[in-house]
Amino acid sequence: MNAPAALGMVLTVIVTIGLAAYSSRLARTTGDFYVASRSVPSWWNASAIAGEYLSAASFLGVAGLIMVGGADAVWFPVGYAVGYVLLLALVAAPLRRSGAYTLPDFCEARLRSRHVRLIASALVVLIGWLYVLPQLQGAGLALQILLDTPVWVGGMLVSLTVLVVIVGGGMRSVTLVQGFQYWLKVVAIMVPVLFLLAAWRADSGPSTLTETPPTFHGTTTVKVESDIEVTVTDPVRVLADGSVDGNVIDGPVLWGEGNHRVGSRTTLTFPDGAAVPHLSSTPAQTGRDWGQTLQGGQEHALYRTFALMFALFLGTMGLPHVLVRFYTNPDGRAARRTALVVIGLVGLFYLAPSVYGMLGRLYTPELLMTGRTDAVVLLLPQALVGGWSGEWLTALVAAGAAAAFLATATGLTVTVAGVLSQDVVGRWISNPIVSFRVAAAAAVLVPLLLGLTAESLPLARAVSLAFAVAAATFSPLLLLGIWWRRLTDVGAAAGLIVGGVTASAAIVISTLVPSLTGWPSALLAQPAAWAMPAAFATMVVVSRRSSHRLRPGVDRIMIRLHTPESVGVQRTWIARGQR
Amino acid sequence: MSKSENKPRREVIIGPRRDVRRRPPRPVTDEIDDQTRVGKVYLRSLIRTQLLLGLATVALVVVPLIAMPLIFGWWPAARSLQVGPLPLWWLILGILVYPAILGVGWWYVRQADRNEAQFTDLVEGR
Repeated sequence: MNAPAALGMVLTVIVTIGLAAYSSRLARTTGDFYVASRSVPSWWNASAIAGEYLSAASFLGVAGLIMVGGADAVWFPVGYAVGYVLLLALVAAPLRRSGAYTLPDFCEARLRSRHVRLIASALVVLIGWLYVLPQLQGAGLALQILLDTPVWVGGMLVSLTVLVVIVGGGMRSVTLVQGFQYWLKVVAIMVPVLFLLAAWRADSGPSTLTETPPTFHGTTTVKVESDIEVTVTDPVRVLADGSVDGNVIDGPVLWGEGNHRVGSRTTLTFPDGAAVPHLSSTPAQTGRDWGQTLQGGQEHALYRTFALMFALFLGTMGLPHVLVRFYTNPDGRAARRTALVVIGLVGLFYLAPSVYGMLGRLYTPELLMTGRTDAVVLLLPQALVGGWSGEWLTALVAAGAAAAFLATATGLTVTVAGVLSQDVVGRWISNPIVSFRVAAAAAVLVPLLLGLTAESLPLARAVSLAFAVAAATFSPLLLLGIWWRRLTDVGAAAGLIVGGVTASAAIVISTLVPSLTGWPSALLAQPAAWAMPAAFATMVVVSRRSSHRLRPGVDRIMIRLHTPESVGVQRTWIARGQR
Repeated sequence: MSKSENKPRREVIIGPRRDVRRRPPRPVTDEIDDQTRVGKVYLRSLIRTQLLLGLATVALVVVPLIAMPLIFGWWPAARSLQVGPLPLWWLILGILVYPAILGVGWWYVRQADRNEAQFTDLVEGR
């Protein structure tokens, strides 16, 4: 039990609920809220977007993936940030000028089709759930590590808090809360970096780029939480308490070279300087190979790298909870400024995870053995700085992690609930407030239940699947919808279905059949690189074949999307004869 | 003084042409509103300018990033390059990439605003 960490998390939850309650008193109706939020300056609106965007995958997952994957894993933070350059340059201003509040709204405004709207709604729900799932699992992991609770507790607490914020705090979790959570996250990840680097220098600054695989730093006791199989390269004498290779052991064992099984709830103590046994599924790497690109020994590593870049660069513009926030800009120019500030804010944050990943290999290498590298941000302050300052730094990162789960889970749940209540629940329940609350409960419950049954992937990788679906569906829709007047409703629908079905099928197959190898494995694990072009081509071809379905108002919509608000032109479409 | 000098000079007086109606020039905003051919040309040229700017911005960021794994994968000498204690790869992708994309984004916003201002001046005839 780590008291400061618990305090950090509890404080974050209290401040979140408090701010939500306070701001919901300021804005009593949704109308009030929109008006109020339109007077928000660009940088604060950008803080809110960044606050909603930087999820558990960014706060915990990126550092963990860098710790394992090294040079090739830097594409995760780079991709998460570069996505905003594409969003800025190709989408931000026209999307704001469309006047659409959500992606389904954009489909309806641009294509005037209820059917495309419904497909878009289904995709928003799918992407939202894919994205919430790792947030809940991340919360479970964080609480298990810091407070020793069962793994389902964290997800349950986050779900409850999200429900309280949404149901109690009004229709939308407000700009104020999300903006605050961005700054909390930046402070929580940056301040410990300064202490960590100082402690590392005081330790004579050992290099991560060693000629050998990682070794234990000091006598290290490792608590194994779930059954694992590890590969030992150098024979080592271990003090074990629990189940090792199928035997119940309480005392020293000599581990020879080869694979060894360790049961859950086993404690192992390794001597100082011993080579860290690696999870059998991820081969041990020397520090030098870790620091080089394409040295991980993965098949088709170059394809995987490019496909990941593709998914992250194009996926960002298709994330439903991010796009919602662009509506709160007063006009298209402000939307561009907001997107630019987001690039700066997100980039500032992503300077930090690499430091945790590098130092994690030196000071918390046991995570490479248990496979729980997502915990490196939470454990490194105590391991490297130690003492009471280590405890308070742990409290700080715990608070930041809590802000990460809450901000993203809240934003996504609101978006999913909005879509569900408008397009599904609203058909049976006419009272909009009741219907929104029912939808919010459903939006939280489904990923919570899925999280209890689904296999846990590394956080940042799980999130990249949501990016892949977004890249294969909404990104071609937005790009063509904004820049190509001849996109038709049928073309958009066909492309959304092709992209959505192929990308999700690939994800399901690669999760259910992990034994695939070679090209099938690479193509299915990173589907965006082929699913997005397929969806794009489908939209173009089908639209060309159905050009008779182009609405007469399409030029009016293009005027609306692209002319600056200051130009006095007619922006709404009036049918011929009404003028 | 000769006679010819006393005679009034012949002058050619041109009256207003009757076959063309004089009227104030039509504002381009009306052309766009009515979706005349002129209006469509203005709008399409704006869309084309902004699309090219957007694509140039994306290329400016994405092309160097795509080149990174190719250069480091095929040219092993790049791997041993270091700046201080930091390998070049980590210096670029861990640190420098973030200010770089911010700079490109800033350039884009300036250009996009300029394109829109030019369009506004053009159609409002200022």
